[in-house]
Amino acid sequence: MSEHEYVPKSKAGKWFNDRLPLLTLGAHLTDYPTPKNLNYWWTFGGILTFCLITQIVTGIVLAMHYVAHADLAFASVEHIMRDVNYGWLIRYIHSNGASMFFLAVYIHIFRSLFYGSYKSPREVIWIIGLMIYLLMMAAAFMGYVLPWGQMSFWGATVITNLFSAIPLVGDSITTWLWGAYSVDNPTLNRFFSLHYLIPFLILGLVVLHIWALHVPGNNNPVGIDIKKPSKDTVPFHPYITIKDAFALLVFMIIFAGFVFFTPNVLGHSDNYIPANPLVTPAHIVPEWYLLPFYAILRSVPDKLGGVILMFSAIFILFVLPWLDTSKVRSAVFRPIYRQFFWILVIDVLMLGYVGAMPAEGIYLVLARVGTIYYFLHFIVVMPVVGYLEKTDPIPMSISEPVLSGGAEPAVARKVDDKA
Amino acid sequence: MSKEEKKVNRRDFLFTASYTVGAVGVGAVIWPMIDQMNPDKAQKALATTEVDISNIEPGNSITVLWRGKPVFLKRRTQDEIAEARSVNLDDLPDPQKDEDRVKEGKDEWLVMLGVCTHLGCVPLKDKGDFNGWFCPCHGSHYDVSGRIRKGPAPTNMEIPKFEFVDSNTIKIG
Repeated sequence: MSEHEYVPKSKAGKWFNDRLPLLTLGAHLTDYPTPKNLNYWWTFGGILTFCLITQIVTGIVLAMHYVAHADLAFASVEHIMRDVNYGWLIRYIHSNGASMFFLAVYIHIFRSLFYGSYKSPREVIWIIGLMIYLLMMAAAFMGYVLPWGQMSFWGATVITNLFSAIPLVGDSITTWLWGAYSVDNPTLNRFFSLHYLIPFLILGLVVLHIWALHVPGNNNPVGIDIKKPSKDTVPFHPYITIKDAFALLVFMIIFAGFVFFTPNVLGHSDNYIPANPLVTPAHIVPEWYLLPFYAILRSVPDKLGGVILMFSAIFILFVLPWLDTSKVRSAVFRPIYRQFFWILVIDVLMLGYVGAMPAEGIYLVLARVGTIYYFLHFIVVMPVVGYLEKTDPIPMSISEPVLSGGAEPAVARKVDDKA
Repeated sequence: MSKEEKKVNRRDFLFTASYTVGAVGVGAVIWPMIDQMNPDKAQKALATTEVDISNIEPGNSITVLWRGKPVFLKRRTQDEIAEARSVNLDDLPDPQKDEDRVKEGKDEWLVMLGVCTHLGCVPLKDKGDFNGWFCPCHGSHYDVSGRIRKGPAPTNMEIPKFEFVDSNTIKIG
């Protein structure tokens, strides 16, 4: 990295920077050498930061009007929708913002999977990212409970009951989580407290995520190590900031489309019925972004087994950097892995679809096939393909693509060196 | 040198003592922070519910709330009792005699937590493949004794602690 010593121009700036080098940090972030070939899949980091800030700001405002009590929560949400000035707008931004946040994070994660951004030396960035993802799911789940509608109540019941599958101490843990003998007012109260806390934990992890990113620098579509700074890099500002800003604008148009035209399409109408502990809705579904995991849970005809498999589906991602045996990062140069990557994308989308359907007949069969493939992909396909695959030649640098030189391709090395 | 290293000196003692006192102190502070999340006195105070059962006809059932959870009280017909008792215990994932799920001499009264043992939904009555209850969430079938027969739930629906205060009143809890 280009750690040339930064000296502020003004006297006051120098005085301050000697005591707290914030200006040095600012200069680092501005000049930060970035690969010049980053495509639009790389703009989702900025988009996700925007999503987090949006959720925090709208959330703080909503908390000024919301009442976290089982008898009042539902009415206070309706109060926000009907009485509070622009309350409808702020709540719809917050509730749709959660969906947009997950949409962006899934694209961000699959970007990483395609271009091998989780591989050495970026394992720690990947793991911090997964921790952020886990916290996002916890925050989203607890946030969904707060309106205290039927889906809130029964979603909370089903998810907290997952812990009752733990042998011996399961019931005690569930009671402890509830603070009662069922999901009740104490549960709502603590969920509100934690829902308010988690975004700030995420914010802290985002700082670490970016810090860890700035140590090796960005991966890029070609997936090769590059010298920084060099003719392969551009300064973060203005080159990347303007590209991120454009992508963010397009993203905000889609976001606004949901907020203003179909604000409830991603929710469930049952959540506009107040929570009733005596009646379970006929068809319980989680929010769309949790559906693939829900499908995995339901595909197992055993309570503990289903819970273990569901959590494994997330935790297996933590060891991904060590399951992938390929030395080539980018799937652009991995003809076999690239096909399996798209199978995984289709598999996860299919799991999401069957997760929304009743767990019977063909849907159950599809859920089981999808679950088996999901685990096979990580446990078998990634190590084996990485080992056997004959990869395409990778270029020496971003500036010199493989076929630029006409007769003599500037091939750096063929990474099919397992012979 | 090596001889002196082996000797436990004053500093080692101070380290060990400090860590021990520190660990006890941290534990003493952490436990209240954890235990405050367990059910409080107000929750525990709701521990019993009395139910008037004089209006329930044979074959009918009512649902009452106890500790925030639904409890099914079903007055079973003689046919239903006979059906529950004719089941081969080997066919049950969680074998339990119907006799063990009711009070002796009060065979017609089935009192159980209306909570699916899978993930806590409320099963629907008179549904499913076994004439009992069916949980719509993940497809668990219970028989007329509330025993799990088919689906992901691991155990029979739970029988809470209850007693007959008099012939018309049941106290749950």
